[in-house]
Amino acid sequence: MTKLNARIPEGPLAEKWTSYKAGQKLVNPANKRKLDIIVVGTGLAGASAAASLGELGFNVKAFCYQDSPRRAHSIAAQGGINAAKNYPNDGDSVYRLYYDTIKGGDYRAREANVYRLAEVSGSIIDQCVAQGVPFAREYGGLLDNRSFGGAQVSRTFYARGQTGQQLLLGAYSAMMRQVNAGTVKLFPRTEMLDIVLVEGKARGIITRNLVTGKIERHFGHAVVIATGGYGRAFYLSTNAMGSNGSAVWQVYKRGALFANPSFVQIHPTCIPVHGDYQSKLTLMSESLRNDGRIWVPKKKEDVEALSEGRIVPKDIAEDDRDYYLERRYPAFGNLVPRDVASRAAKERCDAGFGVGSGLAVYLDFQESIQRLGKHVIEERYGNLFQMYEKIVDENPYETPMMIYPAIHYCMGGVWVDYELMTTIPGLFSLGECNFSDHGANRLGASALMQGLADGYFILPYTIQNYLASEILTPRMPTTLPEFGEAESHIRERLDKLMQIKGSQSVDQIHRKFGLLLWELVGMARNKEGLNKAVKEFAMLREEFWKDVRIPGGAEEMNPELEKAARVADFIETGELMARDALQREESCGGHFREEYQTPEGEASRNDDDFMFVAAWEYTGTGKEPVLHKEALHYESIKVQTRNYKI
Amino acid sequence: MDFTLKIWRQENASAKGRFETYKVTGISSDCSFLEMLDILNQQLIDKFEIPVCFDHDCREGICGACSLYINGRPHGPDSAVTACQLHMRKFKDGDTIIVEPWRARPFPVIKDLVVDRSSFDRIIEAGGYVSINTGGVPDANTIPIPRANAETAMDAAACIGCGACVAACKNASAMLFVAAKVSQFAMLPQGRVEAKERVMRMVAKMDELGFGNCTNTGACEAECPKQISLSHIARLNREYLSARVL
Repeated sequence: MTKLNARIPEGPLAEKWTSYKAGQKLVNPANKRKLDIIVVGTGLAGASAAASLGELGFNVKAFCYQDSPRRAHSIAAQGGINAAKNYPNDGDSVYRLYYDTIKGGDYRAREANVYRLAEVSGSIIDQCVAQGVPFAREYGGLLDNRSFGGAQVSRTFYARGQTGQQLLLGAYSAMMRQVNAGTVKLFPRTEMLDIVLVEGKARGIITRNLVTGKIERHFGHAVVIATGGYGRAFYLSTNAMGSNGSAVWQVYKRGALFANPSFVQIHPTCIPVHGDYQSKLTLMSESLRNDGRIWVPKKKEDVEALSEGRIVPKDIAEDDRDYYLERRYPAFGNLVPRDVASRAAKERCDAGFGVGSGLAVYLDFQESIQRLGKHVIEERYGNLFQMYEKIVDENPYETPMMIYPAIHYCMGGVWVDYELMTTIPGLFSLGECNFSDHGANRLGASALMQGLADGYFILPYTIQNYLASEILTPRMPTTLPEFGEAESHIRERLDKLMQIKGSQSVDQIHRKFGLLLWELVGMARNKEGLNKAVKEFAMLREEFWKDVRIPGGAEEMNPELEKAARVADFIETGELMARDALQREESCGGHFREEYQTPEGEASRNDDDFMFVAAWEYTGTGKEPVLHKEALHYESIKVQTRNYKI
Repeated sequence: MDFTLKIWRQENASAKGRFETYKVTGISSDCSFLEMLDILNQQLIDKFEIPVCFDHDCREGICGACSLYINGRPHGPDSAVTACQLHMRKFKDGDTIIVEPWRARPFPVIKDLVVDRSSFDRIIEAGGYVSINTGGVPDANTIPIPRANAETAMDAAACIGCGACVAACKNASAMLFVAAKVSQFAMLPQGRVEAKERVMRMVAKMDELGFGNCTNTGACEAECPKQISLSHIARLNREYLSARVL
């Protein structure tokens, strides 16, 4: 049985990282050249890690499924990146960023990791500015900051509504410089299909070339996965079409533990679902909540009149509007954290006050436009308003936007220790695909921070502590039986998929599964539904393996085959998400169990019984996994109930 | 809405391609162009036929993966959008729509509508960065940058690397793509020390990869989904000239 040891350094919280770095083992330059590192995924975490490791002199192989590493889905992040720079002199500090992150995560994140994240956050901004990332600036030429997602300080740096794009292009450029220098070798349009373990250590991966279909073997002294979240399991999400949880699922099946799989974030401000042909949901940046007011009609007759087109939103008098976030949470109003805002929208819509299709609420800018002028709103959100208009064909300067929550981010992921190493020695996990920093709910503008912290400033240190003992390990030939076993396992799986020749397309099954997952393991969960989910998903898994139809062949470019392999993993992941949600008999962060709520409908957390990380160990497909618990201790923060009312 | 689609089909890089005609019916006007192709592909799968391959990922206009030449225009008839942001309401019921891959020698077709744009990565690799390592950099607020310059740099940096500029250009020139990167850095103090080498190396790589020259037609600017201005090409030319002459 795998035993959990987070290997958190001794000493006071604020000194842990410094003392870790002082005591860790390093690899000398001559030896770095002899060591190969595989990095899977080229988003913020993967690209920044590959660039930094290449600069240090390691041999890096970087893999991505996209045609270019620049297209990884970090590119779509809009709002910004947090850092405890305290440039606005408004009282921010490393401690406060740590405090907000732990509290925002509803006391389910690991304290030492979060403190380190806050500690390196400032260096990320320095690094990105030095790379030429064009952050927004004040007229004096210094960097501009904004408040984001309910923070009491302005610590968010941004580049219009394209912060993720600019940060990713910075990391991508740094990586391309290493490609030019010969330390990083790129493998675009290549998907990892399995990990190879030799004597219990991660030693390589098996990949499929997405152009030729060729199965290939790659050796590395260490393997890093930075493959993002599994949010696309829900079919409709803000993730990219190719975003997947397969690398995470493969390493889970090979022995890495999967932590808190049920912790997924539902983002409150997305464009609502409008048709069953729809392929994805588009996020409208959370920054809109700084100037937009969220409301639904107070009266059912207004809801009806709206849906019949007899009135338009501005016909509804001020007194007949329910600004429900301002009503329920006077202290934070429209800026409550994402989980709270999402649930409140669902509550109103479930009660019959939803607008549009019934599953939408208004985000209204009229007051801000009157107060600040249209030009200010245009300057702040112009590109978002334009994007909204392109999709919905309505002008948000004239009529309120309609929004509804959608799956956006996974807090859960591969269990890692303080060094970001999984329970498989030599296998590291970075960014969204690990679990450690966001607890049960992630704060806005913290995902970019974590991805880059892991890749630029944490892994390049901690991986050396592992590799220092590997300097005598020569490069292994990929003809080893372990590589052969992994490859034949993959070949069998792909052959099996190709031979099913059933009646339903991958998308048809995925849609069906996604709807069930949303209904049973989505914004509100209960015991009955979760038990049903475990059963239904097992049945759906069987249906998939009997009835999926994949046209074409495996030895050519075949997007249907790519999708099929990912969806097969999503269905199994869904089963684990349901089991995890089932065991967690409390409500915390994005995980809301209907049985555990206060009379006012707020989440009811149970710290006595559930202040732990739930890390699952695989025991076989369809078999009950083993639960390991990592108890969480908070030494430097008082554990309290999150309150956004006063 | 009903449409007749004439789509370029090509099994692989070496196969001979051809147009195939398909019909789709009952399409919602709110459907995006790529969702319409999803519906077509479902029809093809239902009939045991091979679905149409096309590059796509984020479906919100930022990853730059989509690369469709629709009715003779990169990303189709709307302005300032990628194909994933193009909606069927921009067409008329009953329209015939012609869909092709990017057409440019440095972007060879891989399959159907999918092309190989790795030449863009090669251009960035040649110099599209500031040569600094992780760590050891000054505090972010050490160097003030005039807001207007930062904004112009951001205008250029908005490039998504989709390749519409190359596809639109009669010379298959990559000048707008190269200019976007060179101009971003030209507006900023970071990386000034290597400005000359950067522009020389990136332009040399662009030429080596077989992209054509710029003849100031402006088709790239007209079709760029991020509306990157031709003025960046002027700035690229100035950087290049001063690197050559001074």
